[in-house]
Amino acid sequence: MNKEIVNVNNLLKKFGDFVAVDNINFSVKKGEIFAFLGPNGAGKSTTIKIMTTLSKANGGSVEINGFDVLKDKKKVRESIGVIFQDPTLDEDLTAYENLYYHSILYGISKAKRKKKIEDLLNYVGLLDRKNDFVKNFSGGMKRRVEIARGLLHDPKLLFLDEPTLGLDVQTRTFLWNHIKKVNKEKKITVFFTSHNLDEAEKIATKVAIIDHGRILIIGTSEEIKKKTKTKSLEKAFLKLTGYDIRVDKADGVDRMRRFRR
Amino acid sequence: MDSALYVMWHRQIKEYFRNKQRLIVSLVQPLLFLIAFGFGLGNSFQSSGNFNYIQYLLPGIVGMTIMMSSTMGGMSLIWDKKFGFLKETLVAPVSRINLLFGRCLGNATTSVFQGLIVLFLGYFMGFRIFNWSMFPLIILCMFFIALLFNLLGTSLAAKFDDMQSFPSIMNFLMMPMMFLSGAFFSTNNFPKVLQFIVKINPFDYCVSLLRFVISGIETNLLLDFMVVGILILLLGFLGTRLFNRMEV
Ligand SMILES: Nc1ncnc2c1ncn2[C@@H]1O[C@H](COP(=O)(O)OP(=O)(O)OP(=O)(O)O)[C@@H](O)[C@H]1O
Ligand SMILES: [Mg+2]
Repeated sequence: MNKEIVNVNNLLKKFGDFVAVDNINFSVKKGEIFAFLGPNGAGKSTTIKIMTTLSKANGGSVEINGFDVLKDKKKVRESIGVIFQDPTLDEDLTAYENLYYHSILYGISKAKRKKKIEDLLNYVGLLDRKNDFVKNFSGGMKRRVEIARGLLHDPKLLFLDEPTLGLDVQTRTFLWNHIKKVNKEKKITVFFTSHNLDEAEKIATKVAIIDHGRILIIGTSEEIKKKTKTKSLEKAFLKLTGYDIRVDKADGVDRMRRFRR
Repeated sequence: MDSALYVMWHRQIKEYFRNKQRLIVSLVQPLLFLIAFGFGLGNSFQSSGNFNYIQYLLPGIVGMTIMMSSTMGGMSLIWDKKFGFLKETLVAPVSRINLLFGRCLGNATTSVFQGLIVLFLGYFMGFRIFNWSMFPLIILCMFFIALLFNLLGTSLAAKFDDMQSFPSIMNFLMMPMMFLSGAFFSTNNFPKVLQFIVKINPFDYCVSLLRFVISGIETNLLLDFMVVGILILLLGFLGTRLFNRMEV
């Protein structure tokens, strides 16, 4: 049962001399809701881009659903649904059209397309807005369209890079409930990042904390709290990553601090 | 038909016709050229030469319209990078070569449409297609030329991604190609150096090709086709490489 769906080995990613992902190792088991947490610039999105075949690593290997991200790109892409940190909808198309093109790209048969799209739009509460242009949607509605689209081709593994960024409490609650539901009902493994640690603590079955491209700790929330002798995941997070505000790597002082560490 | 090819082709066409402002702008510019050159230059030419200038000029304007709209087709890739839709296509289980060609074929289709509008407008200025049985060939030639310049624009757009500088770079490339060619006037009286530049200017071969199929003006047909064909292959190869390496 508990087979691994993600295997990351000694993953290394550099931008020039700057090491964004520094030899990280972790794995995700089928059925888990895996939280990938870390301060700004920790290397979360960079890691996700490599795991989703959009960026090439400088070293190490990544296996998704048993396929290598370099050798079996197509198989990896078929296995995953991705909701990126920044929006990736075509705003000049309607919600329906965005999902429609997606369904063709993922080889969903013509007979099933319409029903699947409408079911999913209904699932995220946007069926009555299906023919509206995405550019007229609010941030939360756009996010819901993206989630519907990410689920359209029944992925085995769903990536969500800060899915609730900029959303109100209602929409956030709605989304997390959805993610739980998808995980349970559709048996989809979930890999997400978030800066809202309370929410992450509630939903994640496994947590990894990364900082400066290195993984500091992996375990269940309970294990992490125990190890750090703290009462909440947020406290544990602060204890592990410190109170410094992260400045972009271009900033000289930050760079020096990083190397001094 | 391949799914990526179809999706990108369909989407580029849909968005072209949907955006009415862009649609109108794309048609007004060639109209202006047609009027300025047709009436302005045409009068002075007709007094000196004996050929019908509008028959000579119109294929040039068609070529220019296609070249301009096609190279600027690269802009849509830059937009897609900026607004994220590119990622959605790159993470899909489809090949990048089809994403590239679908995009270019879609843009090319809209460029051919613009070229046909120019032909149509020419009719009001006395222009006539010399042989209607050539019409399918006219479309085909327009399409190849549009594909060529779309591959150029999109390949460059894969490399550069600055919204502001891309149009200036494209204009910088296109202006000499346009004016150092036989698009608007004969280059027979150019100085030797300029004539050499015309010889290595791919756009000049495109215009000769169009001039033959549209107006029946003689050219080295085989050479023109070879230049266009080889450039499509080269740019297709280059564009595929750049697309494959693109990280977002
Ligand atoms: N294309 C790039 N070129 C240069 N540096 C980059 C590039 N992409 C990311 N970086 C750098 O790599 C580091 C990690 O970035 P990444 O986007 O992975 O962080 P993150 O953990 O997702 O942060 P956030 O929580 O702010 O989204 C940052 O210092 C960033 O500036
Ligand atoms: Mg990020």
